[in-house]
Amino acid sequence: MQPVSATDKAPMMSLRGITKQFAGVEVLRDVDLDLYPGEIHALLGENGAGKSTFSKIIAGVHRPTRGTITLNSERVEISNPLAAQRLGITLIHQEPISFPDLSIAENLVMGRTEGSLLKRVTWGEMTRDANRLMNLLDIRIDVTKPMRGLSIADQQMVEIARALASDSRLIIMDEPTASLTPKETAILFRIVRRLRDEGRTIIFISHRLEEVRALCDRVTIFRDGNRVTTDTIQSLTDTDIIRLMIGRPLQDYMHKQGTTIGDVALEARNLTLPGTFEDISFTVRKGEIVGLGGLVGAGRTDVAKAIFGIAPAQSGRVLINGQDVQIRDPSDAIALKLAFVPEDRAIAGIFRSLSVEQNITAAVPDQIAPSGFIRRSLEKGIAEAQVTRMSIRLASQRQPIGELSGGNQQKAILARWLLTDPEVLILDEPTRGIDIGVKAEFYDMIGALAASGRAILLISSELPELLALCDRILVMSEGRLTANILRAEATQEAIMFAAVPKTTRQIEGVA
Amino acid sequence: MMRLTAGIGALMRHREAGNFVMIVLLAIVVGLIQPRFLTLETLRNVMLAIPLILIAAMGQMMVIIARHVDLSMGSILGFSAIVAGMMFRDMPDVPILIGVLVAILVGAGLGFLNGAIVTLFGLPSIIVTLGTLSLYRGFVFLISNSRQVDPQFIPRALIQMSQTSPILGIPWLVIIAFLTALASYLFLDHMRLGRQIYALGSNPSAAPLRGIRVVPVTLLVFTLSGALAGLAGVMYAARFGYVNPGITGVGFEFTVIASVVIGGVSINGGVGTVLGTILGVILLGMVNVALPLLGVSEFWQSAILGAVIIVALLIDRSVRISGQQALAAERSAR
Repeated sequence: MQPVSATDKAPMMSLRGITKQFAGVEVLRDVDLDLYPGEIHALLGENGAGKSTFSKIIAGVHRPTRGTITLNSERVEISNPLAAQRLGITLIHQEPISFPDLSIAENLVMGRTEGSLLKRVTWGEMTRDANRLMNLLDIRIDVTKPMRGLSIADQQMVEIARALASDSRLIIMDEPTASLTPKETAILFRIVRRLRDEGRTIIFISHRLEEVRALCDRVTIFRDGNRVTTDTIQSLTDTDIIRLMIGRPLQDYMHKQGTTIGDVALEARNLTLPGTFEDISFTVRKGEIVGLGGLVGAGRTDVAKAIFGIAPAQSGRVLINGQDVQIRDPSDAIALKLAFVPEDRAIAGIFRSLSVEQNITAAVPDQIAPSGFIRRSLEKGIAEAQVTRMSIRLASQRQPIGELSGGNQQKAILARWLLTDPEVLILDEPTRGIDIGVKAEFYDMIGALAASGRAILLISSELPELLALCDRILVMSEGRLTANILRAEATQEAIMFAAVPKTTRQIEGVA
Repeated sequence: MMRLTAGIGALMRHREAGNFVMIVLLAIVVGLIQPRFLTLETLRNVMLAIPLILIAAMGQMMVIIARHVDLSMGSILGFSAIVAGMMFRDMPDVPILIGVLVAILVGAGLGFLNGAIVTLFGLPSIIVTLGTLSLYRGFVFLISNSRQVDPQFIPRALIQMSQTSPILGIPWLVIIAFLTALASYLFLDHMRLGRQIYALGSNPSAAPLRGIRVVPVTLLVFTLSGALAGLAGVMYAARFGYVNPGITGVGFEFTVIASVVIGGVSINGGVGTVLGTILGVILLGMVNVALPLLGVSEFWQSAILGAVIIVALLIDRSVRISGQQALAAERSAR
């Protein structure tokens, strides 16, 4: 790691007094920041702290209400994304924006500014250029294939290649690792470090402190639209960073309330779905939180889906309260008082365009329509109780749920399932992509649910989360259960050891 | 054997393959039942049935690739045809070329208006053009006083375009359609602006972030679509020899959109090729010519046409899915 001191070079970009108002609400207040060539600069802060708005101003997506930007000692106006691109600034979105129907090569050049719109497209040349860029990044992909078939990781690589194509000097990455496997993350980090060593500036937005620590040179922390601090990563401890982000230390949040553990509520025996998971057996007791750890792709979500009847196992048994049950589809599971909060809420969890009320009450039609017709007053009342209980932050219960922040959407989904009064809850990455403050509320909620006698299976890729919340941690690797670790014996090392496939132990460490 | 299977696999990964197979199969099956189908006469009939649709389909295809749709096309065709027809009737000295240009300009103007309403108010094009479908048709009746332009007023030279041929016995009409398709291909496939239409349709929210000017591009596709409908309008007069406000172009949008969609242009935008659309137009044109030859009653023709559209879409879908599976397999093999 090359520490970058703020004095040995001239800044490549200086931002002064950046202020942004949306409809009169100030979301950024007088932010000053200098960015230097050859540094990886982390932006940290809770959702809504302003780091995203700030980076979008740099990338020309938003225009600042006030403030000045100096690029290489020249005042610049970054009025739109195209202008940013011309100035050598590229923003890589969390979900890479691309044109899924166009080829990878076309995605690389689309929107390039030089030349006329009536200029001929030379396909051969385009493919050659694209291959050259991909080779620079050591990526082997057929660039004539459509973008649609690529994994998120590969799409991000294409975005990085695009930044290189326009010779960007400033690359902003918004939570690039959110949906990457550790191996993909390691590859990404290698490339980002190389870009830094070439003298480019990288702004790296992430919620994962360990990644920021492994990768970044300097950190800027935002809180409530203000820049709280900027410093080298070495001079800040994790505790410092979290305190600066939220004003309280994290330990306060991470606790498991003492609960009495009862009878076995959910038992899986020898569940097998060939090619996906094999011979999975475990129990979850009432009042118990059982973690399910492992690498992405280990088959954890598939086991959950099998139990919930979304993609049933081919063989094996599921027992609820000691009784053999047949779960052929999710409605069977719901009738047996199971609940499943899926990982990808955008796909499997929410009805985006429906109101918060309708989303919360979606799983309990009988409660809002006792006579067969929906009674608005019941819908409103039931939803209101949940909004209060979960402290969901919203403008109106009737606004589309898609307008809420990720964390609040997730709360609403959890509220929906709690209305069904489940005895067994399966939570798949419930805190992914939500900020630390809301995470803490979730941890409290999960603890309280267990304390009320519910059995909880918690799938999580975040080791500290598993360690803090779970009574027991199961670990899966390549479709098999490889460990069952009691709380007292659980360490990050023990979980990782069980999670890493034994045949190919070449997974590059993130840290 | 392995190579053959791989070859077929590679072929099937092209979206056009399904339609090509359908066209060949249809020709064989109909030819077996009714040998008269496999004659030059039929070929000529098919060739004359398609140019109008092909010209308009090129415009509709661009609109659909941009993730819009132009339902008003039949009325634009009628509007341009009646304006050109009335001009020929009331100003007999006007050269044909001027009449053609006026028809194209009128179509372009009406298309531009569609695009302007869509972009200015951010309304869905399916609703806007549903409105203008009726609006433009109303004006066709108003400006013509509901009077047909009779055959004797249509210039002979124009009518002869569907009969005389400069080369190989191929009528002018077919050649104009072919040139339109060629120009569309060069524009969509080999010009930056054309590729931007694909990008816009593939992901409209990403387009402005990549520096694509959404409003001008959207206006352009609607204007081009209108202009081509206008060209088809004057070609209609050439082909049928009259223009009737209540007949010319009515229901035309159905045939055009059906051909385009059969040709593998995704209604979700971003996908579609000129070749595919040509095949779609030919397939539908063949069905239209074959059914009467087979002695199918008029009532059944409509039902069969509908079935053909759905079957073509199912084939297209299975081709696309197998292509995606092949991609996914390659990915996991990596």
